[in-house]
Amino acid sequence: MANPIAQFEIKPLVEINLGGLDASLTNAGAFMVLTIVSITAFLVLGMRKRELVPGRWQSMAELSYEFVAGLLRDNVGSEGRKYFPFVFSLFMFILFANILGLLPYSFTVTSHIIVTFALAMVVFLIITLVSIARHGAKFITYFVPSGVPVAVLPLMVPIEIISYLSRPISLSVRLFANMMAGHTMMKVFAGFIVPLGFAGILPLGIDVLMIGFEFLVAFLQAYVFTVLTCLYLHDAIHLH
Amino acid sequence: MELEAAKMIGAGLAVIGLGGVGAGIGNIFASLISAIARNPASEGKVFGRAILGFALVEAVALYALVIAMLILFVF
Repeated sequence: MANPIAQFEIKPLVEINLGGLDASLTNAGAFMVLTIVSITAFLVLGMRKRELVPGRWQSMAELSYEFVAGLLRDNVGSEGRKYFPFVFSLFMFILFANILGLLPYSFTVTSHIIVTFALAMVVFLIITLVSIARHGAKFITYFVPSGVPVAVLPLMVPIEIISYLSRPISLSVRLFANMMAGHTMMKVFAGFIVPLGFAGILPLGIDVLMIGFEFLVAFLQAYVFTVLTCLYLHDAIHLH
Repeated sequence: MELEAAKMIGAGLAVIGLGGVGAGIGNIFASLISAIARNPASEGKVFGRAILGFALVEAVALYALVIAMLILFVF
C-alpha cells in the first residue's frame, strides 16, 4: 500500500533558481494560482451579463457575495462593511482551495500547515492592527474582562492574553488538520479496496460516502474560518 | 522496547482523546434535537450554531489525529 501521506508531497514543476534561492513553481504554487484564476473566472464571468433577473451562474456569484455579507452583518454589525473585501477574499480562497483539492489527482493547498498558518497570521495581524488603530492605548482593556472582581484579575488577564495569542495556532491547525485527516483517511480506505478482493466493495462504499462528507467539510471549514474571523473582528472593534 | 513498537503504541495512545470527541459530538446533536423538538420554529437559527459547534469539536479530534500522524511518520 502506498504511503497515505505521499499525496501531500511538494514537487517542483518549473525549476526557477534566483541566485541560490529556490523559487521553483511547485504543485502547491500552481494550485494556488489555479484557485485565484477559478475564483476570478467564477465571479467575473458570472457577473458579465449583469441581468436584472439572474441566471444560474449569476445567482451562484450573487449567493456567495450575499452569504459572506450576511455573515459579516450578523457577527460584526454595520461597522464590519469596511472589512468585507478582506473577509470575502479569505472565504473564497479557502473554499476554492478546499474544493479544488477534492478533484482526483489534484493537490490540496490548505493541507499544508504553513499555508493555513500564513492565512491565520494575516487575520491575526490585521485584526490586532485594526483594534490598535481604532482604540489606541485603550486596546489594553481588551485583556481585562469587564464585570470581573479585581481579586481574580491576576488570574484572568494571563488567560486572556494566552487565549488571544493562541488564536492563529488554533485557526490554522483546525483547517490544516481537517483537510489532511480527511484526505489521508480516504487514501487509507482506498488502499484496502484491491487487497480485499470482493469484500473490497465495503471500503469502496465508505470512500463514496466519505467524499460526500469531505465536500461538506470543505465548505464547513471555510465557513468556520470566516465566522471566527468575523467574531475576532467584532471583539477588536467593540472591545468587550 | 523497540523504537518502531513504541511509536505504534504512542500513536494508539494519542487517539484516546477521540472518546471525548465522540461524547461531545453526541451531546451537540442530542441538544440540537431536543431544542428543535421543544421549539421547531428555532430550527433555522439553532442548526447553524450546532454545525459551528460540531466543526469546533471535530477539530479537537483532528488535533489528536495530527499528533498520531506526527508520531508515526515524522519522528
